Amino acid sequence: MTTLSNAAPALNRKDFITDQDVRWCPGCGDYSILAQVQKVMPELGYARENIVFVSGIGCSSRFPYYMNTYGFHSIHGRAPAIATGLKATRPELSVWVVTGDGDGLSIGGNHFLHVLRRNVDINILMFNNRIYGLTKGQYSPTSERGKVTKSTPVGSIDYPLHPISVALGAEGTFVARSVDVEAKHLQEMIRRADEHRGTSFIEILQNCNIFNDGAFANITDKDGKADNQLLLEHGRPLLFGKNHDKGIRMAGHKLEVVTLGNGVDESQILVHDETDDALAFLLSTMQPPAFPTPLGVFRAVEREAYDTALQHQVEHAKQRADAGDLDELFGRGDTWEVPPS
Amino acid sequence: MRSGSTAASTASGVKVIEERDEVVIRFAGDSGDGMQLAGMHFTTESALAGNDLSTLPDFPAEIRAPAGTLAGVSGFQLHFSSHDIFTPGDQPDVLVAMNPAALKVNIADLPANGILIVDKEQFTEQNLSKAEFASNPLADGSLDRYQVFEVSITKLTINALNEMGLPTRTMMRSRNFFALGLTSWLFQRPIEPTLEWIEKRFRKTPDIAEANRRVIRAGYNYGETAEVFRTAYKVKAAPIAPGRYRNITGNTAAALGLVAAAQRAGRPLFLGSYPITPASDILHELATLKPFDVYTFQAEDEIAGVGSALGAAFGGAIAVTTTSGPGICLKAETINLAVSVELPLIIADIQRGGPSTGLPTKTEQADLMLAMYGRNSDSPVPILAPATPAECFHMAFEAVRIAVTYMTPVFLLSDGYLANGAEPWAIPKAAELPEFKVRFRTDPAGYYPYLRDAETLSRPWAIPGTPGLEHRIGGLEKDYLTGNVSYAPANHEQMVRVRGRKIAGIAREIPPTELNGPAQGDLLLLGWGSTYGAIEAAARTLQKQGKSVAHAHIRYVNPLPPDLGEILARFARVLVPELNMGQLVRLIRAEYLVDAIGLNKVQGQPFKVSEIVRRAEALLETIR
Repeated sequence: MTTLSNAAPALNRKDFITDQDVRWCPGCGDYSILAQVQKVMPELGYARENIVFVSGIGCSSRFPYYMNTYGFHSIHGRAPAIATGLKATRPELSVWVVTGDGDGLSIGGNHFLHVLRRNVDINILMFNNRIYGLTKGQYSPTSERGKVTKSTPVGSIDYPLHPISVALGAEGTFVARSVDVEAKHLQEMIRRADEHRGTSFIEILQNCNIFNDGAFANITDKDGKADNQLLLEHGRPLLFGKNHDKGIRMAGHKLEVVTLGNGVDESQILVHDETDDALAFLLSTMQPPAFPTPLGVFRAVEREAYDTALQHQVEHAKQRADAGDLDELFGRGDTWEVPPS
Repeated sequence: MRSGSTAASTASGVKVIEERDEVVIRFAGDSGDGMQLAGMHFTTESALAGNDLSTLPDFPAEIRAPAGTLAGVSGFQLHFSSHDIFTPGDQPDVLVAMNPAALKVNIADLPANGILIVDKEQFTEQNLSKAEFASNPLADGSLDRYQVFEVSITKLTINALNEMGLPTRTMMRSRNFFALGLTSWLFQRPIEPTLEWIEKRFRKTPDIAEANRRVIRAGYNYGETAEVFRTAYKVKAAPIAPGRYRNITGNTAAALGLVAAAQRAGRPLFLGSYPITPASDILHELATLKPFDVYTFQAEDEIAGVGSALGAAFGGAIAVTTTSGPGICLKAETINLAVSVELPLIIADIQRGGPSTGLPTKTEQADLMLAMYGRNSDSPVPILAPATPAECFHMAFEAVRIAVTYMTPVFLLSDGYLANGAEPWAIPKAAELPEFKVRFRTDPAGYYPYLRDAETLSRPWAIPGTPGLEHRIGGLEKDYLTGNVSYAPANHEQMVRVRGRKIAGIAREIPPTELNGPAQGDLLLLGWGSTYGAIEAAARTLQKQGKSVAHAHIRYVNPLPPDLGEILARFARVLVPELNMGQLVRLIRAEYLVDAIGLNKVQGQPFKVSEIVRRAEALLETIR
């Protein structure tokens, strides 16, 4: 999302910290996400008063209370709708939605789809911890099948949604994934989201150390992460692994993991293209343990933003000669005069 | 058709013109027959003839039920007169039935000796069976009590068009214009306004324009020359206050009231809405008004409609959501958030029959308790209720003013009858509308998000983009002053109480309640919303009989007018007619400990004047 930056005095990370005590559980992945957002925010060049954080309900949705900007902690799942109304009438603001897997994909799934399809120029940060934390540990719409939780004591029988696939299905124009503890990568994704004009969506894999600890350990553990992360970079081959010797190539209409050597060379490895919809979707289906987890920008394409088009329609209409003439409006249609008797 | 009829010859001397005080006419046909269109144009013609008028469209929820069936019958009733009128009329004097089904559905309402005009070609065996007639009513004597005019509307329409080479289906579509032309002659309405409309509407299809012109003229001329109708009727212009008028429906009036208020406030108007009958016309109307800084957003659902509006309110727009009862159920959580964050928001509920999907196109007043109490916890919201279609303009304007002044969501409770009904509207002058300036807080010195105005108890409206006023709001309970999250027990009670006091305080703004009739007496008819016309007509009928009856109609339902308790105490009996099972009556009984009695009707139809008169008479008998 890009918005005219204001001639603001240089700000630093501390300017974005509020006087409220942060009340997430000690060790929660949300702390890292908050730190990265507060670190990147001054670089984006907005005056604090022109930034708004809108959230729904859940652990992640406490986020606005900790950002010294304008903030709206709303109701469960509805943040995209509230942000849409705000951005539609105030397009100069930098609007951020903070949501979770339950808030954004369960109760708020409908709004999530529609804000993406409209391409409203806002940024959505979805903290995906694959569990309900605030309500103390029920399975979420991204929990893996068979998940044993308080509400599924013998294992969940739901199949999970994959947030990236859903966002691509709704034709999101900027769709990315990062991880709470990958500070630099997450900062870069936040910058890219801000630059993009239209809805920017970042799925942030986030550890809930109380109810779903280690859900993403395979991609965050020092030892394994090189083999389990696939960094997406536009124009670069899809290579990964400690020795950079594993890659992704097409096998029919599917993807497969191959190791370089023995007749496999880099020319067979797919090259990432942020504008290739088919590739983006295939990448979004990659699940461990068969595949590494892609991190980075799956899709980034240009398409007119909803609020830009709406402003254009209203501004165009306001150029009409009789625009704003209430007397003309009241007197439209068949009118008649009743003379004094 | 009440009349002091004076017969007079026409210029040609062939026909007789009788004068009538008032006429009620109902057009009925298949939902594809264009009855709403015929009715609307007859209305415009009557308005231009200077009559007072009131209309009642009545159409099925199905867009096109199977042709010729009882389910597909659509009707439009118009009451026009040479004096003040308040309702579309209890019974038609004239019924135009375009097919057997329309006759079947409507004939019971036509009084003996009423005029019945039917399209006799449509009384085929097939159509009679679709309408579940065992025998042809035109032949079996069952219509003997009426003045029946069997007109070959279909044949005459086709005859008027047969040189044009149009497909039969297209020709059949003009039948409504024949009926309109014929009734225009019968009541001496000018057809020129309709001819002008045809010209404009069918500019791109000159064939259709020509066909409709020919058919309406054919209908008019048929009335004048054929030896079927011996008498035409004339209803003189009503004595109406001087000024410029137009006909307006409640939905259009509400849309204009919202735009006018936003313009006077100097702010953009934002509507977040999801299509729903009978509220959608407000969305349609506002979507055309972008030159007035109007933003319309057709949301993905009812919740997003109100959510987007609340977001726009946070940003400083005049924010509105429009819906009907089922939509209110979905919006309740967001309305409650608006109560908690204290942002201005207009919720227009155009009520319809329920519960659930209920009767989408029929009217009811049964969402009052929903608006009052349909949210978790103690969550007071002001409720305004326009009494007539034209009054929707003023009350929508007032709803915006109160929302902004008190930083609160406000309900505007209209209904299907007001929404689609029309009446003449004295066009206001923009410069004479009340001005109210929106004051955003800009000064950081001494600012707290919940610092309240001493008089109104409203909190400051500090919108994003204002330096130094960055703050966070939300649905969690807030500290009384800072607005920071607070779970302190005493603070919560203080906040619940202050939210209640703020809304109760709006009572100071409510104008004195108008009482039509004696200041004290035997019976007070107390109403709210769209029942105004029927109750007022009933009160006048009873007063003419010498009964001690007055009518008070409240536009402010929450808070109630401060003078209402005292008015109630001056009458021996209080009767509350409502199109629900007794909602205002419960509020009145609870609030004032008055033994008010309900008169309840839930048929999807407005009250007939006679229904109220009868109940009032029965009640008056219990007094002495």
